[in-house]
Amino acid sequence: MSDGSGTGAVDPGALLSLRGIDKNFGPVQALTGVNLDVPAAQVTALLGDNGAGKSVLVKTISGIHAADGGQILWEGRPVHFRTPKEATALGINTVFQDLALCDNLDIVQNMFLGRERRQLGVFLAEDEMEKAAAATLAGLSVTTVRSIRQPVASLSGGQRQSVAVARAVMWNSKLVIMDEPTAALGVAQTRMVLDLIRRLADKGLAVLVISHNLVDVFEVADRLAVLYLGRMVAQGQATDFDRQSVVELMTTGTSIRLSSRATGDSPPAIIAAPGGGSEG
Amino acid sequence: MPDVKEGAPPPLDDVPEAVNEAAATRAELAVAPEIIANSLGEYLKAWMARIRAGESGVLPVIVGLIVIAVIFQTQNSNFLTAGNLVNLIVQGAPFMLLGLAQVFPLLLGEIDLSIGFVGGVAGGITALLLAFPHNWPWWAAVGVGLLVTACIGLVQGTVITRLGLPSFVVTLAGLLGFQGVLLRMLGQGGTVPIANDIVNDFANGNMTVGAGWVVAGLLILGYAGVTWWRDQRRRASGLVAPPVGLTALKIGAVAVAGVALMLICNANRGALVAIQGMPWVVLIVLGVLAAWSLLLGKTRFGRYVYAIGGNAEAARRSGVNLARIRTTAFVLCSFTAGIAGIVYASRLRSVSTNLDGGTLVLYAVAAAVIGGTSLFGGRGKPLHAVLGGIVIAAIANGMGLLGMAAATQLIVTALVLLAAVTIDAVARRGRTAAGTR
Repeated sequence: MSDGSGTGAVDPGALLSLRGIDKNFGPVQALTGVNLDVPAAQVTALLGDNGAGKSVLVKTISGIHAADGGQILWEGRPVHFRTPKEATALGINTVFQDLALCDNLDIVQNMFLGRERRQLGVFLAEDEMEKAAAATLAGLSVTTVRSIRQPVASLSGGQRQSVAVARAVMWNSKLVIMDEPTAALGVAQTRMVLDLIRRLADKGLAVLVISHNLVDVFEVADRLAVLYLGRMVAQGQATDFDRQSVVELMTTGTSIRLSSRATGDSPPAIIAAPGGGSEG
Repeated sequence: MPDVKEGAPPPLDDVPEAVNEAAATRAELAVAPEIIANSLGEYLKAWMARIRAGESGVLPVIVGLIVIAVIFQTQNSNFLTAGNLVNLIVQGAPFMLLGLAQVFPLLLGEIDLSIGFVGGVAGGITALLLAFPHNWPWWAAVGVGLLVTACIGLVQGTVITRLGLPSFVVTLAGLLGFQGVLLRMLGQGGTVPIANDIVNDFANGNMTVGAGWVVAGLLILGYAGVTWWRDQRRRASGLVAPPVGLTALKIGAVAVAGVALMLICNANRGALVAIQGMPWVVLIVLGVLAAWSLLLGKTRFGRYVYAIGGNAEAARRSGVNLARIRTTAFVLCSFTAGIAGIVYASRLRSVSTNLDGGTLVLYAVAAAVIGGTSLFGGRGKPLHAVLGGIVIAAIANGMGLLGMAAATQLIVTALVLLAAVTIDAVARRGRTAAGTR
C-alpha cells in the first residue's frame, strides 16, 4: 500500500491531523485506522457513500463522539476532547445539516444565542451585538439579507446556511466543519454557499466539507478525502482526481484509473486499497 | 412541499426553483415592516402586505374589541359608559393576570393547567393569615401567599423538567390537587371573608383623580422618553430602527390611550355618591405587564425562553440550560397566578370554595391565545395576554348587560377562542412554508 494512508509522517502544515482513528459502536466498526490532514486556508472535501462513516468521523472531530483508538493532532500537538465545548474552545466549529437555528429569533439573536453580551449587568446589549453581527456578515460578504433584524424563518435556505456559518466563525474559529451545506438548496443558493465556503478558506480558515454533490466538490475543494466502509481510501489534491475516479473510490473503494496514474513518476494522490493500508 | 415541523431539519430532496421563488416572496412578507421601511409611507405599505399574508400582530384583537364594542353598544347603550368600562376592566383584571402567567409556559410550548387553583391557594392563604387568629399585616399575608405559589411553581417545574413528564399531565394533577388543598384550607364554612381595607382596595379602591393624572403623566412621559431616545440613538448609529414617523405614531398612540383611560376612570360613575379615579388594579396589571415585558424582551432569560420555544435542540447546543430556564418559567407562571388569585379574592372581598379554577385557567389560556400568543411556542408577548383578557371580559360583561344566559356566554367565548386558535394555526402554516427554504 502506498505511503500516506499508512503510519505516514504528520504533515507539518496541517491544522488538524487524524492518525489511525478507530471508532466502533458495539460490534459495528464505524471507522478503521482513519488518517486525515486538514490544512489551514484550504477547503477539504470529505466524500463517501451512505454509511461510509463521514458523519461519525465529523462527530469525532467535533467532540460529540470520542475515538476508540488513534490520535488527533491539533496544530501538531496531540489533543483529547470529549465534549463539543472542548472542541469549540480549540477553534473547531461545526455547522450541522439542520443548522440549529431558532426560526422565531432574528439573525442577531441567533448569532449570539448562548453568548449574549449584556449591559448594566442584566439587560441585553442589543446595539453592540447588532454591530458585531453586521461586521461579521459583512466580513463574509453576506449582503443578500435585507435586514439582520428579520427572523430567520423569513430567510432562504442559502441565507440560513450563511447565518449558521457566520455564527460558527464569529468565535475565533480556525476550523469550520460543514455537513452537507448545499443539500436541499437551489442553484442560486448553492452558488452563494459555495462562494462563502471559498471566502472562508481565503480568509485563512480550514474548512472541512461533507458532500455528496461531486459538482460542488470539484468546484470548491482544494483537497479531497474519500471514505469507504470506514476506511480512508484516498486523499490528496483535488486536481489529481477526476469525477470518474472519485465515483469509483466512493462505490468500490478503489480506482484503477487513479492507481495507474498514481504509479507514474509523481504520485498525485494518496491511495490505499480497502482492507489494506491500515497501520498497527 | 411537505409540511415540515418547525425546527426539524430541512428535507433532503432538492426542491424545484419555482417553489423556492414562491417561498421567497412569502418570506419577504413575513419580515416585520419596521425592519425594511425607511419612511412611514413604506412602513404602512409593508404593514398592509403583512396583514394580507396573515401576519397581523395585535391587529385582530384591536379590530375584535371594536366589533364587540359596536355590537354591545347598539344593543345596550350602557355598555360604553364610564361606569361599565371601569367595571369591565376590574372584572377582567384576574383574566389578564392569569393570561400573563400563562404566557411563560405557552412561549416554551408548554401549558400550566393548575394556575386557577394555585391562584386560589394564594388568595386563601392571604385571607386566612389576615383573619383571626393570625391577624397578620397585609404585606406579610400577601408576601407569604405569593411565596407559596412560587414554591408550587418550583415543585411542578422541577417535576416537569427533571423527570421529563408532560406539563399537561403534571399541571392537570395540580389542577385537581390544589383544588383539594383549597377545600381543606377553607374548611367547614367554605368562605373566608377579607376584612383588611388595603387588600380589598387592590381591586375595589380607586386612586384620587389628581394622583391618577400624575401617575398616568409620568408613565406616558417615561415611555415616550425611553422610546424616542432609543430609536433616535439606533437611527444615529445606522442600526435597524423604525422611521421617525412611526416612533412618533407609537408614542402618540400610547399617550392617547393613557389619556382616554384616565378620562374614563376619572369621570364620575357613581349614582348616589361620587365615585371616580383609576382603580389600583389597573396599576397592578400595568406593573406586572411592564416587568414581564422587560424580563422577556430585554434579558438573557427571556431570550432563552423564546429560543427554547422556537427550537429547543438549537438552544441546547448553544449552551442554554434548558432545565433551569423551563423551571424558572414555571415559577414565574405560578407566582403571577398568585397575584391574580389575590386580586380575585380582593374583588370578591373573600375566598370561597366556589372558586372555579378550572374555568379560570381555560379563560387564561384563551386570553393569551386570543391576544396573539402561539400555542406552539416561541411567539407571543405579555401585552397579548392583557388585550386578550380585555376581550374575554368585554364579552362576559356585554352579554351580562344584555341579560343573556350563562350558556350563551360560554358558547360565544368558545367560538372566539376557536377563531383565535385558527388564526394562530393558519399564520403558523404560512410561516412554516416560508421558513423551510
